[in-house]
Amino acid sequence: MSNSLNFPKSGGSPIGARIAMVDSVEKVTGSGKYADDLTLPGMLVGKILHSPHAHARIRSIDTAAAERLPGVFAVVTGRETPVKYGILPIGHDETIFAVDKALYIGDNVAGVAAETEALAEEALRLIRVDYEILPAYFDPEKSMLAEQNLIHEDRPHNIEKDYHHHFGDVQAGFAAADYVREDRFECAEVTHAALEPHSTLAKFDPDGALTVWSSTQVPYYLMKTLAATLQMPESQVRVIKPLVGGGFGGKSEVIPLELASAALARKAGRPVKITYTREEVFLAHRGRPRQFVELKTGVTRDGRLTAVDARIIQDGGAYCGYGVVTILYSGQLLNAMYDIPNVKFDGFRVLTNKPACGAMRGHGTVNTRFAFEQQLNMIAAVLGIDPVEIRRINLLHAPCITVNGLRVLSYGYPECIDKVAEKSGWKEKYGKQGYGKGVGIAGSHYVSGAANPIIRSMMPHTRVNLSIDATGTVTIFTGASEIGQGSDTMHVQIVAAELGVPIGRVKIVAADTALTPVDLGSYSSRVTFMAGNAALEAARDARNKILVVAAKKLATNIERLTIEDGEVFCIDDERLTLTFDEAVRLAIGPRETLMATGIYAPPEDAQGGKFKGAGVGPSPAYSYSAQVAEVTVDTETGEVHVDRITAAHDCGKAINPINVEGQIIGSVWMGLGQAVQEEMVWEGGRLMNAGLLEYRSASTLESPPIDAIIVESNDPEGPFGAKEAGEGSLAATIPAVAHAVYDAVGVWINTLPITPEKILKALEAKQKELQSSVVNSQPQTKTGNLHKDNGR
Amino acid sequence: MKKELVRLHINSRAREVEVEPNRILLDVLRQELGLTGSKRGCDDSSCGACTVLINGEPQMSCLMLAVSYQDQEITTIEGVADGSELDPLQRGFAVEGGAQCGYCTPGMILTAKHLLARNPEPTDQELNEALSGNLCRCTGYMQILASVRKAIELLREKQLVETQQR
Repeated sequence: MSNSLNFPKSGGSPIGARIAMVDSVEKVTGSGKYADDLTLPGMLVGKILHSPHAHARIRSIDTAAAERLPGVFAVVTGRETPVKYGILPIGHDETIFAVDKALYIGDNVAGVAAETEALAEEALRLIRVDYEILPAYFDPEKSMLAEQNLIHEDRPHNIEKDYHHHFGDVQAGFAAADYVREDRFECAEVTHAALEPHSTLAKFDPDGALTVWSSTQVPYYLMKTLAATLQMPESQVRVIKPLVGGGFGGKSEVIPLELASAALARKAGRPVKITYTREEVFLAHRGRPRQFVELKTGVTRDGRLTAVDARIIQDGGAYCGYGVVTILYSGQLLNAMYDIPNVKFDGFRVLTNKPACGAMRGHGTVNTRFAFEQQLNMIAAVLGIDPVEIRRINLLHAPCITVNGLRVLSYGYPECIDKVAEKSGWKEKYGKQGYGKGVGIAGSHYVSGAANPIIRSMMPHTRVNLSIDATGTVTIFTGASEIGQGSDTMHVQIVAAELGVPIGRVKIVAADTALTPVDLGSYSSRVTFMAGNAALEAARDARNKILVVAAKKLATNIERLTIEDGEVFCIDDERLTLTFDEAVRLAIGPRETLMATGIYAPPEDAQGGKFKGAGVGPSPAYSYSAQVAEVTVDTETGEVHVDRITAAHDCGKAINPINVEGQIIGSVWMGLGQAVQEEMVWEGGRLMNAGLLEYRSASTLESPPIDAIIVESNDPEGPFGAKEAGEGSLAATIPAVAHAVYDAVGVWINTLPITPEKILKALEAKQKELQSSVVNSQPQTKTGNLHKDNGR
Repeated sequence: MKKELVRLHINSRAREVEVEPNRILLDVLRQELGLTGSKRGCDDSSCGACTVLINGEPQMSCLMLAVSYQDQEITTIEGVADGSELDPLQRGFAVEGGAQCGYCTPGMILTAKHLLARNPEPTDQELNEALSGNLCRCTGYMQILASVRKAIELLREKQLVETQQR
């Protein structure tokens, strides 16, 4: 028996086929290589010295004893590598190692490279750092008041960035409302915790060229940052992405070890590999920030949203990272899945002396979505409108442009709502189950790639090259990064479909900056839409070149020809036929290969408005999700047991339904973690739960059944109609669970995670409230008797 | 530290290697023997990515000193396929989406292999319990459970064919 997996039967289209990922054999046999699996002759082990202080000036560093230790080949400190970098051009505030100050417990102070791990650790112990301890900031609302001992001198009040948007007229909107409510929501900090700890291997050739193998989602940005910080030409830097053991955004910007290993390799004159410990992974972080949302929403008595006003504070940690983008997403996607005429947003990204936050699955949108959907459900409860109906009442009328300038073409949200309501048995369950059992609903959406690149340029966002050689082998060259989400498989399916050849014919070379064209990386759910479109364009180009010569040979015209299942044939004359191989050989002629290329750049009308901060949020297409959560709450212990989640996701078109379902389920599961158990616990700037069990990553036993329903709205610009599938479902899970808790026991929990302690406390407060039986505890209403809360 | 000679029977093959007595089995497999299919996801037996079978029993190789496994039978993910033929579990994980990033996959497959050897028709609860020491951050476990179910189906078919051939 061969190892060929379930590729579609002869004649079936690869689009929509439930095929195994093209790299699945490597993964199930253990033969595939991740960064830490690689070794080179003479390779050294690199280790990083981390700051034990949350905010401290570095007076001096004495590395002499470490350098004298036999077997130690290099010690590097910040003075030797002072070039500042950051993933955003407006946020270059990091250095490979701290130069003047360490800004959080875990900040990078020095690096060593030695023959063994034990020697490297001993060398770290021999480094003497003289610190002057400075006052530190751990709470963003206090940090915003700081006048001195600022974290970065050029950021007054420790505010990294603030944005203030106003679309329409919220005052008028609230005046037109029959009911206005204000609530505060708090979301704890969470992190990606990909199972593969970050790892980087760096090697310098004798001619000075650098090759880096790294667990990255962004090889192109890593290549640029290595060149900038090591002061080398970009042409001398090659970044290769091996298999990556999960990213979720945690590998979507340059992580300190990636630069440290290269700096050490250069000084040591030998290859250096650094692999983080699990604790170092937690400290490298770049996860979802703690976020406070003060939200005010107005609505008419029949449920029409008239205005929304959000004040959002994010606890960004000590460096900018993606922070400016995160705070903008939290505002720009606040309103944009509903039709809301008046929107105001005040957002503050605040620096604190903790590891930097960054992009995590659902980047910037998740905590705001929790607040908005929760408040919408609270409003529906007060008005006595079914929570499913209040969403239907406020749908966008797509195609449209939202009040903040986002172009929406395909909009499968209404169908997502219908599907989950039907499949979950919403009507029979909501408000109708016994005390302790509940259902809840919520929605979410996400971008299919950012319409504007991080580094503004005229360059396309991605390019895909194809070569077809005389054997008929098709090879795709793409810079896009497979990180477990199915990027490589998506490319192969699209190219095989367009060229009309079996999937097994198509090979892929990906994410090697020396061999593959530029792709910006696996972040903002951009790969299927953007690289998929480029792959499609390249395949069309190749197909056309083949058909032109085939038409000549068969003495017919190109419009009458097609390619299917490795055969070129005339659609209305079955005698006219060539094999794909024959046609390819004709097309190649005396050359050795047939080359084709495709690019993708978002259309201008998808790039958003012109106001400050308008660049973040616009996308060529948005995914949509609606979910119903079913829970059982133990009123004795306060424990929430999630029984089932029904999740419908509009991905435009499922190129590979198995992979799309995997992404929907994985997103929902990660949302569940944030909803009920995951949380980074800090004490004085020290992370108290830097382990997978302590962080409470769920096992099989805590993971409920999740029903994934694919909704296909066929986006007019997506490749074969496809949009994103990897992130958009995460955000809806959290408010759906919170709503189900309300339906079960009648309390709204507005702080995440929804722990047993919080539920017991809320139940106790509700009990007291009922006992004192005072009527003035109703929320603010303008018309007085709108309050129809069922009082459970 | 003085090295000791340790003889390990890995994937039905005797391997001799000189290691320090404080080297953990996972590092010896990965760094000395080139068997990088076993993964390190944590440092404290939280995740199960380093799971191997010792005399058929699943154990986390990150917790074990290599020298304590003198003459023991060790199966790593590299020893699961029969030559070029994938094990039904490997096929199941490939076709049902059980391996997204693939990092937890070797440990999952070895744990499931032990379960199915003991209990070829596990209930959902038995399956969940057996896999509860292996963490995954990608799949939410649904497609992993489906992968094991697929493997059970493939194993049944295989046995049927073998019975018919006899």
